[in-house]
Amino acid sequence: METNERFTKETWPAHPETATLEGKNKFLGFWLFLGGETILFATLFGTYLALRNSGPSGYEFTTQNLFDLKLVFAMTLLLLTSSLTSVYAIYHLRNYNFRGVQFWMAMTALLGTGFLMFELYEFVHYVKLGFTFGSSAFSSAFFTLVGTHGLHVAVGLVWVTLLILRNAKRGLNLYNAPKYYTFSLYWHFIDVVWVFIFTVVYLMGVIS
Amino acid sequence: MTHSMMEERTEAEQRLKERYAKIEMRQQVWMFTFTILLTLFSFGTVIAYQQEIEGFSRYFVLPVIFLLGAVQVGVQLYYFMHLKEKGHGIPQYFLYMGMIFGALLPLAMLTIVWW
Repeated sequence: METNERFTKETWPAHPETATLEGKNKFLGFWLFLGGETILFATLFGTYLALRNSGPSGYEFTTQNLFDLKLVFAMTLLLLTSSLTSVYAIYHLRNYNFRGVQFWMAMTALLGTGFLMFELYEFVHYVKLGFTFGSSAFSSAFFTLVGTHGLHVAVGLVWVTLLILRNAKRGLNLYNAPKYYTFSLYWHFIDVVWVFIFTVVYLMGVIS
Repeated sequence: MTHSMMEERTEAEQRLKERYAKIEMRQQVWMFTFTILLTLFSFGTVIAYQQEIEGFSRYFVLPVIFLLGAVQVGVQLYYFMHLKEKGHGIPQYFLYMGMIFGALLPLAMLTIVWW
């Protein structure tokens, strides 16, 4: 199938993201990349787990007194819902509804931006308290882990904005279907990593 | 220009495809609701620990939140990321290998630092 062919609802392939060889390659390549990202985050988790609560003696910041579960819960809801909206976008992708794809991807971006705003607020609050990147082993491990995740969210937001803008006049075809699908995989993956973060960093942190 | 190999679905096939798509989307929404519930349970368990409700010791709460987190990750991978669909054998293999090493690495680091 030509990547720029015109389709209708009846001729659109059931799995447009892997209907071309390029799509199949992107699909496989991206999953392999996600396997590698799993290792990356595993090393950051390992470092955090080893160094949490370690600081100069008399260091007043501990996981028990620092974290605010209400904020983390709000952030989790935002990110989980943004994962759902990207699922809606892929549903529309598979059913040849371009406006649906654009709308739900934009919703995903909006919710992701909300998550990032909350996280920035949280980081600024910690820095104001004196809990900075360089103030202890615990703080640097925390900011590296959670900050790397936040960076991944930010990169995802730039990616989806570019996708929406650059494909606005193109409509759906086999050229951009794999691109949208790849982004969706990436977005779900950072949501999965967030599940680990809120469990290991925040929930476990509150338990003494 | 190569010969187009587009297959056109008949009206009945198209309606069937749309019906299946709606059913699948409904399933996705249920799975999402389930993940929200799991999140609520995790947070609720930790808040119960904070309120020192009887029975919620750290030996209960910690395994529970890890279990709930693992289930949630499984649901997200298999449903949201379509890992259960056909053609995902290689991704599954690489992801599980990543997880195995991902479990061994933190364990190794913790042992090195704290033993």
